Amino acid sequence: MEESVAICVKDLSFQYGDRVALESVSFSVKPGAIFGFLGPNGGGKTTLFSILSTIFPMQSGVVFALGYDIRKDSAAYREQIGVTFQSPGLDRRLTVLENLIHQGHLFGLKGQKLRHTSEELLAQFGVADRQADIVDTLSGGLKRRVELAKCLIHRPSLLLLDEPSTGLDPGARHELWASLEKLRTEQGVTVIVTTHLMEEAERCDELALLHRGKIVAQGSPSQLRNRIPGECLTVVAERPDELISRLDTELNVEAKRVGETLRIHQANGQALFGQIMDRFPDEIRSISLGKPTLEDVFLMETGSRFAEPV
Amino acid sequence: MSQFAISTSKPLTRPPAWLAVWTLSRREITRFLRQRSRLIGALATPIMFWVLFGAGLHDSFQTPDWMTGSMSYRAYFLPGITALILMFTAIFSAMSIIEDRHEGFLQGVLVSPVSRSSLVLGKVAGGVFMAVVQALMFVGLGWLMGRTGLADDLTFELGAVKIATMTLFMVVVAFGLTSLGFMLAWKLDSIQGFHAIMNVFLMPMWLLSGAFFPTAQTGTLSWIMKLNPLSYGVAGIRQLLYDLSAERNAASGQPSLWTCFLMSAVFAVFCFLGAVWQARRDRVAVKKAGSRNRVTKTADGHAT
Repeated sequence: MEESVAICVKDLSFQYGDRVALESVSFSVKPGAIFGFLGPNGGGKTTLFSILSTIFPMQSGVVFALGYDIRKDSAAYREQIGVTFQSPGLDRRLTVLENLIHQGHLFGLKGQKLRHTSEELLAQFGVADRQADIVDTLSGGLKRRVELAKCLIHRPSLLLLDEPSTGLDPGARHELWASLEKLRTEQGVTVIVTTHLMEEAERCDELALLHRGKIVAQGSPSQLRNRIPGECLTVVAERPDELISRLDTELNVEAKRVGETLRIHQANGQALFGQIMDRFPDEIRSISLGKPTLEDVFLMETGSRFAEPV
Repeated sequence: MSQFAISTSKPLTRPPAWLAVWTLSRREITRFLRQRSRLIGALATPIMFWVLFGAGLHDSFQTPDWMTGSMSYRAYFLPGITALILMFTAIFSAMSIIEDRHEGFLQGVLVSPVSRSSLVLGKVAGGVFMAVVQALMFVGLGWLMGRTGLADDLTFELGAVKIATMTLFMVVVAFGLTSLGFMLAWKLDSIQGFHAIMNVFLMPMWLLSGAFFPTAQTGTLSWIMKLNPLSYGVAGIRQLLYDLSAERNAASGQPSLWTCFLMSAVFAVFCFLGAVWQARRDRVAVKKAGSRNRVTKTADGHAT
């Protein structure tokens, strides 16, 4: 089967001492795709990211990326990837331009050409006017943009981003994603991104849900949502546990308790909505009906709640 | 592996190592110059030591055997302070690797094609440059004080040859010290931890190097001083600076200039290889980085 893939991972496992962080993770990413890993903190995203970016050594499994076995050809692979970590990787005491120039040198670029590329990238990310400023004086959003420009200096074909919107306000987050989509469309860059934000996950071409070191579901956001037919009801009840058992006995409906709320998936949600309101008017504080979200998919696949951090 | 094939448009030429070393050391120097406090810490503190101890111990100091004529404590102490400046700058510069790790800059270098030996060499070369420049500035200050009559006990000459040999020797000594600092700092988590090492290990190393008081001739102390690599650094600087006579030196049990060069070079090579080895087997350091990443994330999350 001749199929072109940017990254192919097979049976990747990783342990910290006795604690299993990744267990037999396998997936592949098509060139030019934006591939997201969605999962709660501690689900294994950062470990996976650290292996893909060669920061962590591989323990078991195979990773072929951009034509290289990253265990053997890590140097050649590193020349082709651009990485941004969760914690900002800029030197905050240097100017914006100095950061890019130093980064270029690390990748063997130099002279006028490097300067030109740097200025071009800074202009592309709208930070050209700040190039002589010390990084420390920039806002979080601007730093992220500079960082993205920095990791693109050598024109990588694969971009790895670990929770790129950490510390960004919604506006800056939107801009970041617009730039990623542009890169993918215009330069065919493959993007792998980790996130714990549903809104970001929705913008990926393909998603893998990562829970306790395993991929529990994979597909495009709409494919994943379609795994749950019908609608989803969210109920805030006076006495949740009692309502769960009454729903079960009286309506033969299974409800899952998620924190203080109950979630019910039903093929015909509208009808059930009316039934519940009729039968338990005093039990219900509020009830809402909606299409399943990625969070519902996560809940269905793992049985545990996707704690959404603020 | 044909199913994994994807065309990569770029030619595969390894980035040259010298460029990485150059850029990493340039960065060290730029950072150093932008941090006034580091400049003051590395130069002002030793000079203050020199002035205060020089005055305080002036009367109780006896000229050692290896010196022809008399020598003031201030003159004796000058090479020791030069070594202290080398040590402070070298070690503080290496210590910044902890900061690099925390700020995420180091991770960026680790995932670039730069080899670990280039990374260490870049970091060390930057530290060596700053250490030697500052030490030379201090020696120049001493010379100027002697010249202008401000301190008539400082009577040494500075010619082109002497400056060149001293620079070379200081580069060797500083190279060893910066590499040592790198080796110590690589595994450390915090700047505080490094200060502890500084106090229990590095300061005694300096105090027992003949920098502060003359080398003991007998007893345990004399052995410690003979085994201390910095003793050869201090002795070498002193001999070069004051053109000490080789015969008197040998007669009073001092190491020869060649021994000083050799021992300092061996120390430098040993520490550099140790630092590279350390940086290559980064499994432990990496695990720490991993756990820190998570900490950073929550910290960031709350901060913003």
